[in-house]
Amino acid sequence: MAKRLADKPRVSPGQRLSQRWDKMQGGQVWNSIFRPGSIFRKGYTDSPRNRSYVVMNSVLYHLHPVKVKRHAVKVSYTLCLGGLSFFLFIILTVTGIFLMFFYRPTDVQAWNDIKSLHTSVTFGLLVRNMHRWGAHLMVISVFLHMARVFYHGAYKAPREFNWVIGVILLTLTLLLSFTGYLLPWDQLALWAVTVGTNMIGYSPVVGSQVRFVLLGGVEIGPETLLRWYVLHVLMFPFVIVIFMAVHFWRVRKDGGISGPL
Amino acid sequence: MAEIPEHLLKRAQAARDAALAKKSGGGAEEEAAPKEGGSSVATAERPATAEATRPAAPPPSVGATGHTQRLLTVVKAGSIQDVKAVPTDKVHVWPHLLLVEFCAVLAMTAFLLVFSTFVNAPLLGAANYNLTPNPSKAPWYFLGLQELLKMFHPMVAGVAIPGVGLAGLAVAGYIDKNPSNKPEDRKFAIALFTFFIMFWAVLVIIGSFFRGEGFNYILPWRQGVHEIFDL
Repeated sequence: MAKRLADKPRVSPGQRLSQRWDKMQGGQVWNSIFRPGSIFRKGYTDSPRNRSYVVMNSVLYHLHPVKVKRHAVKVSYTLCLGGLSFFLFIILTVTGIFLMFFYRPTDVQAWNDIKSLHTSVTFGLLVRNMHRWGAHLMVISVFLHMARVFYHGAYKAPREFNWVIGVILLTLTLLLSFTGYLLPWDQLALWAVTVGTNMIGYSPVVGSQVRFVLLGGVEIGPETLLRWYVLHVLMFPFVIVIFMAVHFWRVRKDGGISGPL
Repeated sequence: MAEIPEHLLKRAQAARDAALAKKSGGGAEEEAAPKEGGSSVATAERPATAEATRPAAPPPSVGATGHTQRLLTVVKAGSIQDVKAVPTDKVHVWPHLLLVEFCAVLAMTAFLLVFSTFVNAPLLGAANYNLTPNPSKAPWYFLGLQELLKMFHPMVAGVAIPGVGLAGLAVAGYIDKNPSNKPEDRKFAIALFTFFIMFWAVLVIIGSFFRGEGFNYILPWRQGVHEIFDL
């Protein structure tokens, strides 16, 4: 017995662990999850082929082409503004979903829900802050992105239609921010939206009708809160995602980002 | 079918003339063909021999089966091949672009998290229809409009100016026919756009910080920003 144990080559726990790891990486389950080119696959090497696979075989990364012009990766050219606008939208979606768990869009509950978010929800105040500041930042970054694109002359053919989509996205961003502005149902929200929607009433022909539909009445009230809530959490995000999809798709179809100057 | 380039026609004509001259002169030996730039100029006149007709002359490249291979013409690359794609300097998205994006995303997350830890979003008292705050202001990005409304008729300030502005912005790519994207070639477009954004920026700043009670002009450093502006 003792001899047999001694004959066996001794395997340290570390070696055993790496053997297990090797076996798992070579297994069917692992390979079915991580497609070729994934850095988690067994035997990943930094080769041109794998660099291409990383992008081609990832649902997230294949928004990008496999290769881009060298000047396109310079931070000083794009300042990452378009990408950061998109990223802020994702942050706003995630924090917004969190906030929805604690918020009811009625005139008696809305303000109290926000108040208790501050005081009795774990990280409630932090997440609300991130949502608020992220929203302001997104308006700024979308605006700056537009300015950057203009100064690089990237709105010209063949990208002129994508520029139109971009202007629509800017408008939708403002609408998303404005509809969210009402939801805390505090004095700031009520009166800012009162001033804002009074401007809509000045539009010719249909101004007052549009205002009536948006407010759910002639004055801001509980109906307005519900409407704007639905617009803010469902309708405008739905519409903006569609326009964003077209926007990103057209960036590639129109020949990648513009330039160099 | 592409045109045969002028210089090739000339060269062919010259070779033909030379062959003709030699034939009339009675010279039997083959002339050393003018060779410029290697094999690409071996022309149709290569087997130009003393014999009158070409098929009668046994070309030097008769194969074992008697088949003949002869260079009929030389087509320079570029005359019929129109290569549209010019090679550009490209890099792999992974890692070059994804790494940059990852860093940008990380920096933005860190900034937002830290800022949100220390600065709280405003929450005033519950909405009260009977208590109008003074001043009542729209969200900051609409304060330019509110400022305009103070100055002009609502049809001008609330409809005409923003409508024309937004529409003009959207059709910029169809109006501006200048194909260049170099700043020095498009001074007017840049000036116009800079004026456009400065116009709104100045109005937003005035509306935000220089309008107090009753939306009258004030100086923020005298009155304090907190009472007249909130995000």
